[in-house]
Amino acid sequence: MGSPGAGKAACEGGPLMTVPQVLHRARDTARELAWLFKGVMGENAYQAYLDHHEHSHAGGLPMTEREFWRDKTDRQDANPEGRCC
Amino acid sequence: MSKKQSGSHQHADVLVTDSDLPAVAVDPQQAEAEDRRWTPAKIALWIGIALLGGIAWTMLAIVRGETVNAIWFVFAAVCTYLIAYRFYSKFIERNLLKPDDRRATPAEYKADGKDYAATDRRVLYGHHFAAIAGAGPLVGPVLAAQMGYLPGTLWIIIGVIFAGAVQDYLVMFFSMRRGGRSLGQMAREELGVIGGTAALIATLAIMIIIVAILALVVVNALGESPWGVFSVSMTIPIALFMGVYLRYLRPGRVTEVSLIGFALLLLAIIGGGWISETAWGVDLFTLDRITIAWGIIIYGFIAAVLPVWLLLAPRDYLSTFMKIGTIIMLAVAIVITRPEISVPAITPYATSGTGPVVAGTLFPFLFVTIACGALSGFHALISSGTTPKMIEKERQTRFIGYGGMLMESFVAIMALVAALSIDRGIYFAMNSSAAATGGTIEGAVTFVNGLGLTGVNLTQEALSTMASNVGEESIVSRTGGAPTLAVGIAQIMQGVFGGAGMMAFWYHFAIMFEALFILTAVDAGTRVARFMLQDSIGNFVPRFRDTSWRAGAWICTAIMVAGWGAILIMGVTDPLGGINTLFPLFGIANQLLAAIALAVCMAICAKKGMFRFLWIPALPLAFASVVTITASFQKIFSSTPAIGYWAQHTAFKDALAAGEESFGTAKTVAAMEAVVRNTFIQGTLSIFFVVLSIIVIITAILATVRAYRHGGGKENEDPAVPSRTFAPAGLIASPAEKELEAQWAALEPGKRPARAGH
Repeated sequence: MGSPGAGKAACEGGPLMTVPQVLHRARDTARELAWLFKGVMGENAYQAYLDHHEHSHAGGLPMTEREFWRDKTDRQDANPEGRCC
Repeated sequence: MSKKQSGSHQHADVLVTDSDLPAVAVDPQQAEAEDRRWTPAKIALWIGIALLGGIAWTMLAIVRGETVNAIWFVFAAVCTYLIAYRFYSKFIERNLLKPDDRRATPAEYKADGKDYAATDRRVLYGHHFAAIAGAGPLVGPVLAAQMGYLPGTLWIIIGVIFAGAVQDYLVMFFSMRRGGRSLGQMAREELGVIGGTAALIATLAIMIIIVAILALVVVNALGESPWGVFSVSMTIPIALFMGVYLRYLRPGRVTEVSLIGFALLLLAIIGGGWISETAWGVDLFTLDRITIAWGIIIYGFIAAVLPVWLLLAPRDYLSTFMKIGTIIMLAVAIVITRPEISVPAITPYATSGTGPVVAGTLFPFLFVTIACGALSGFHALISSGTTPKMIEKERQTRFIGYGGMLMESFVAIMALVAALSIDRGIYFAMNSSAAATGGTIEGAVTFVNGLGLTGVNLTQEALSTMASNVGEESIVSRTGGAPTLAVGIAQIMQGVFGGAGMMAFWYHFAIMFEALFILTAVDAGTRVARFMLQDSIGNFVPRFRDTSWRAGAWICTAIMVAGWGAILIMGVTDPLGGINTLFPLFGIANQLLAAIALAVCMAICAKKGMFRFLWIPALPLAFASVVTITASFQKIFSSTPAIGYWAQHTAFKDALAAGEESFGTAKTVAAMEAVVRNTFIQGTLSIFFVVLSIIVIITAILATVRAYRHGGGKENEDPAVPSRTFAPAGLIASPAEKELEAQWAALEPGKRPARAGH
């Protein structure tokens, strides 16, 4: 069990990669890892909310970023999540 | 055949998916064909994994030279996990759970963009892992190391495959099929009022004991340690600062604030080192254990009533950050340094039950000492509720539920390796109670050398050198597992970064890392327990249901804190050594919760008519029940005072009645009275837990038998809703999944249903 998403770049591409290709791949991998890390930390919650709001055609304006994070912690106040031992 | 067909496929007729969209699930036949197609490369890969695993197990279990290299633990664990994941979890998926990707998950049909939000499987894996992994898998293996390396390793690896990961996977799947319902709600639905109520009370009581003992681990790690007290208490202002930053300065910049917090944390650790060298710092921050315990109690109450954004949420970010970073770092360091381990495979303590760290023989006490990492009932509370509301596709539960637990088990293996890598003499000096060592270097050396362990010759110099290396006054009788693990981690890390001069930093880094998890678990646990209590009291006094009612919240928080606080103080002041007597109660409580969760799963499987594969939950349930009930009975009925709470109780009571003024390790009458009181409470709790759990298990067996007679029972799943989205099931997409992903990617953006993640 490696860290999810890691090591993906290693198994693709042959041995004959040019330097720019290698750099390109490295940048992609770094981006993916950053995306994964931010996701695990929960940073993309607002974006997910916006996407949902847009697609659900719920009407009305979505909450602003500040409102959203306030609402999120307020919901946590009312519905605590356990943390394991 | 008809029985096999029930389960998920009974909804096949109602699941008509949108024909304008690409397929929402890989064609089952195609998936099956992919699974069954064994190309030479695939065969070679699995033979390679099996061979490497086999060699590693041979090195651990059969060769047994003078020493064994830590790398074999890593290979044995990883290869076995891979095989179990590929074959056993697949077997469970195919025969018992039968997930159907044509069904929408709660994240899709209840989507609100907040709690119910479909989350990329890799992200959710990280989330779920961060929520289940804590101090438990780090502490238990350390204490069990007194029995040798083999029993602990075997139980951690085999236990997770057949018990722990199965429990997490099943609970997560069933909760997902029920719109993300909690374990308590599922218990009430499946087991009826008696079983459900017993499960609820047991859960509440178990949470109290678990929080108390985790807090005791922190108290033991920080007692008489000015450096530790300073750096751990600095986490509070750091978290408050992060909370204000996220609320008012830059909302949503979670990674940024975590990086800042992490930098401040490192500063707090380094600053602790400076402070511990000044006279005023030592005066101010050297606290005895009772003061620290009261500090944690007061802190626990305040943290549980403060708004989440101010303290809990930011500290949770910090804790997640540290958890993922440190675990990856430790894995890399173990692979690089590959420490040699000189602990015997099995020590005589496994059979004699007289080990100074935790009393009791291998069966049943190994299986309760190592709870988290092999089987942890607490996970059932996380696997139901939070994570199921974020799962994108049904088939991902195998990766997230089963796979997530395998990762936690790997953390336990690393903790075991770290504990095994330190000198055995030092290990016993640190983990024997102050009642045995007297808390002095001389006392510890006499005691440890008197244990008659082959190859162990502890010197006073070894202890004082280690203490000064890690920047502590003394390391004698630093029980609870955390300090031992910190020494082990420090020893491994200094081999990679910084050398011996950095040991003190790494030691306190590790202490900080564990304290952070535990404090998060303490206030999150108090908060969850408070809500459960409010809900229960609400049955009689409806006003308590209103969770925004301040007075009710404060009263229930106070009751919960008083509950665990009393046990904490009892543990800290226990003349018999606290953790040594209380830790079994922690493990028993945790495993009993696992038995409750597995019992609920078994009843659900029976109602689904899955009798052929009922053994999948029944096997770990039977094992967990036998282990915990035997352990509880020994704790209640054993006539050996070191093991039986009541035997100890009677022995001290008789001594008091006989007018003796000191008895065993209790040197005063007050201490003897404390033992009488403590053993009474511990014994009563043991009886209480075991009775509740037996009630739950019996109601589950009755529900199962009833279902068997009727060929099934009422299912409480939410109605099936057709899915309108697709995502791969495992870490790496299969060829068929890649093909579907491409079709979905080619879809016009307007037509594509909402999806979180990228």
